[in-house]
Amino acid sequence: MEPLEAGVLDGNAIGGLLIEVFGTEMTAAVGTCGTCGTASRVAEFAVYQPGLGTVVRCRHCDNVLMVFVLAHGVTCVDLLGLASLVA
Amino acid sequence: MSPITRGFHGRRRSDAPGRVPPGQYVTKDFPVLSAGPTPRTALANWTFSIEGGHEPKRWTWAEFQALPAETVTVDIHCVTRWSKLDTVWTGVSLDVLLEGLEHDAAYVLAVCDGGYTTNLPVADLVGGQAWVAFNYDGSPLRPEHGGPARLLVPHLYFWKSAKWVRSLRLRDRDEAGFWERYGYNMYGDPWREQRYAGD
Amino acid sequence: MAGTAVRGRLTWQTATVGSVVDETARVRTIFLDVPDWAGHRAGQHVDVRLTAEDGYQAERAYSIASAPGETLSLTVERLEDGEVSPYLTQELRAGDEFEVRGPVGGYFVWDVADGGPLLLLAGGSGIVPLRSILRYRERLGSEVPVRLLYSSRSLADVIYRAELDAPAAGVTVIHTLTRQQPPGWTGYARRVDQEMIASVAWPAADAPLAYACGPTSFVESVASALVAFGYPPRRIRTERFGATGQ
Repeated sequence: MEPLEAGVLDGNAIGGLLIEVFGTEMTAAVGTCGTCGTASRVAEFAVYQPGLGTVVRCRHCDNVLMVFVLAHGVTCVDLLGLASLVA
Repeated sequence: MSPITRGFHGRRRSDAPGRVPPGQYVTKDFPVLSAGPTPRTALANWTFSIEGGHEPKRWTWAEFQALPAETVTVDIHCVTRWSKLDTVWTGVSLDVLLEGLEHDAAYVLAVCDGGYTTNLPVADLVGGQAWVAFNYDGSPLRPEHGGPARLLVPHLYFWKSAKWVRSLRLRDRDEAGFWERYGYNMYGDPWREQRYAGD
Repeated sequence: MAGTAVRGRLTWQTATVGSVVDETARVRTIFLDVPDWAGHRAGQHVDVRLTAEDGYQAERAYSIASAPGETLSLTVERLEDGEVSPYLTQELRAGDEFEVRGPVGGYFVWDVADGGPLLLLAGGSGIVPLRSILRYRERLGSEVPVRLLYSSRSLADVIYRAELDAPAAGVTVIHTLTRQQPPGWTGYARRVDQEMIASVAWPAADAPLAYACGPTSFVESVASALVAFGYPPRRIRTERFGATGQ
């Protein structure tokens, strides 16, 4: 597991966004990566926020788990990289 | 209705309307914005290819460096609202790379190390509008800014100037790339503020 | 009551600034009045939203500096080229309004029932949520032993310095000053490393709970040092901040 680069955050940083999307606190939820099968807390996922949107990746294999993009007041949510997410 | 926060202005909008597209502010920084970890491809392993034409074209780093390159000074505009003026790049023009390649494609999908993709019309890559750039500001392009080489298409929002580009896939249909799939504009003209789909 | 609480968490509420206190040259604590504030847990944060006259909005997350039960406060560090932090740390004054959403966080939180011993590791403004934990622990009269390892650039950059110089019973504060030390300084004078962890951290056999907060590079470094020292990853909670002066 490579150290995250400076400026990369973790799932804590999107706690508010996740409450908006899921309707409940999610940082302690356990997510399982659909690519490598690693399970971890949402708070421990790698979060990239390049300004265009939020890209959440697995710490172990770097594959995309979730993407959130806000465009014209609508949040597009892609959770296809997760095998499961259990709050 | 959100209350107004007295004295808060956000970044100052630009005072140079002719030079800077609507809604942008000018920065002297060069923000590093990435959707994933920085790929670090060794030059010995780097190739650039154009696929989907009559025959595929591929260059190793040495072969790429042997191509005629040019140094250009351009303004760049990021959809996150910053613009950076007079940036200096050295790269190989897409006119050179596409020269002699028979194809009937109207679009490309740029594919990059790390998995990033973005789509563009072929018409926006030719006629001196686009380069595969490997130097920025006189020095080799750093990995965090897309090195060894990135696409440079300054007349479109900078998310189209794909970092870590490795190949262009010629297509007859416009196929949405990474951000386009999530609602960003398929074309991305900063002068018409085409940030999102439907703009 | 449950419906009201959830609505409070999901919606933006107006916060009015009561007062501001400059902690260091770049860091300010802002005391807020939020009429329907539902309370929080130590370690949580709020999302802050500012709205300019032309409707432009900017959002940032800031850790809550106060303990549950105290007047709500946030501590903000001014970033060199920031868009929001220069405003909050320099322009903002009593009576001004912005919006907050929260509290947010169910992972990087400590309740007294979680026990200890606690190892708190702060890099720069990463001290903020950990200070909330310390104040909460003291308010409840908890005897859980705590060691706080706090990395700052210099003594002048230490946030809450007076408070940390007089910690509650059972709390040990260890500073490391990474760039500049005062004359006669006998404390640590370098970035946290494996050797410092080995000297400061509770032994793994004590089954401690560790909380590490600060810039990503700090958190990555201390978390891997703790794992190498024998802490199970599930006993290390981490919160990574964007760029801070560190």
